[in-house]
Amino acid sequence: MIISELKPFPEILGYLDGDKKVFIVGCKGCAQVCQTGDEPQVLEMKQKLEEEGKTITGYCVIDFLCDKALVKTRLFPHEDEIDAADSLLVMTCGIGVQATAAVVNKLVHPAANTINVGGASGEWRGSERCRECGDCVLDLTGGICPLTACTKWLINGPCGGTKNGKCEVEPDVRDCGWHLIYERLKKLGRLDKMQTMPIVKNYAKMQPPKHLRSTIMWALEQQETKV
Amino acid sequence: MSLREKLKSGKFVVTAEIGPAKGVDIHEFNENAELLKGRIDAVNCTDQQSAVMRLGSLVACHLLKQKGIEPVFQMTCRDRNRIALQSDLLSAYVMGVENVLCLTGDYVTLGDHPDAKPVFDLDSVSLLYAARQLEQGKDLAGKELKGTPKFFLGACVTPGADPVEPQLIKMERKVKAGAQFFQTQAIYEPKTFEAFMKEAKKFGVPVLVGIVVLRSAAMAKFMNKNVAGIHVPDELIDEMDKADNKLQKGIEIAARLINEMKSMCQGTHVMAIGLESKVPAILDATKL
Repeated sequence: MIISELKPFPEILGYLDGDKKVFIVGCKGCAQVCQTGDEPQVLEMKQKLEEEGKTITGYCVIDFLCDKALVKTRLFPHEDEIDAADSLLVMTCGIGVQATAAVVNKLVHPAANTINVGGASGEWRGSERCRECGDCVLDLTGGICPLTACTKWLINGPCGGTKNGKCEVEPDVRDCGWHLIYERLKKLGRLDKMQTMPIVKNYAKMQPPKHLRSTIMWALEQQETKV
Repeated sequence: MSLREKLKSGKFVVTAEIGPAKGVDIHEFNENAELLKGRIDAVNCTDQQSAVMRLGSLVACHLLKQKGIEPVFQMTCRDRNRIALQSDLLSAYVMGVENVLCLTGDYVTLGDHPDAKPVFDLDSVSLLYAARQLEQGKDLAGKELKGTPKFFLGACVTPGADPVEPQLIKMERKVKAGAQFFQTQAIYEPKTFEAFMKEAKKFGVPVLVGIVVLRSAAMAKFMNKNVAGIHVPDELIDEMDKADNKLQKGIEIAARLINEMKSMCQGTHVMAIGLESKVPAILDATKL
């Protein structure tokens, strides 16, 4: 299971600066257990955003947002609501945000930070990968993770090793992550996002806090050692 | 005059690079340094280029300083985290090394230690930013320094990249983070460079056009296939192919490219890669 926690509300509001109409996507998978993306959290977010003057064009809570095919079919009935929105707010882990980004032609914003994989990295994921960095930047990169899509985990743009859209490390098979990000943002008319990345990444947030390392199995082990 | 002062004065600047030895025999390094002394404005010491383990670039810079040659300390982010990088920046300043070229670095699998764990804690942009922070008397953690260093910070850009827009976006980030000059990846098409400079001019920082000396048609074809951002046009490959004296032809082409592009930029950076001793001949041919 992927453990996520909601970003501070002001940070989310910052992502939506300039966007008046928003479509919200929630997740009934891990994000339900973490209470970051189930229906109650989605409705609460809807209300808070409306109080801030945003129009919520619609919302959809999907069983497993990591499953791209499922996301596509479930979002299909909401096509008009999504078309009417300036962007999408996705309330789940980094995999789900990337899977949503892959099937819609709108900018997606992550509402949560993925802080720890307490098991499998997404139950139904395809090519999307999450580094559980604890400080999600998918808002700035068109919903493509630079830490997993770029061989060097670069956060400031492509290096000199990008050629024909491929990474020079594995030119036959590996896309340049920053080329994908560039193409996506260009398509969305939001290349300005490439100038707003945090220059230095805080890797301390990658260390899961103690309460997350203390899983149920961990608690059982503690019991056993006591006996 | 330092590299900073020369660029400020408006002089067309010439830099070259020497790769430190794979090992501790520094005879060739010293010989090449002597040949370049007095002919060029600064010499870059590469930082384990192509991810091949070698003698360190900071020590090489120190050796150049001892000879009275102005060094440019190349730093990559592949092998050191932010603690080591900042520490080496301080060391450079204490050794009297002012010019630092901040690079991300080639990936480890391209070099001779493909099993190594790559670092990339920082990258070219954040390294520039870190150096700038040190100049303001604080490290990346915000802790105060005892005494503050001063640097002349350089960065790299690939004018021949396709598309070039992501390169320009990153170039702007580098300027904002602290880059004061650029040395470019090699470029063989003056028209492409001219178009690039039209865009890059707005950043207001000096650009030194990169020249890699051709040794053969095969080398040019190899670079076209394998080196990102480098494109040697067919006419030049043909020219190399037909030449009886390849060395002389390579020198002639390098000089011609410099002559064609010198009005578009503020200097040139000659990467001779094994032909360091021929750099003076190139300069003679350009009448710089």
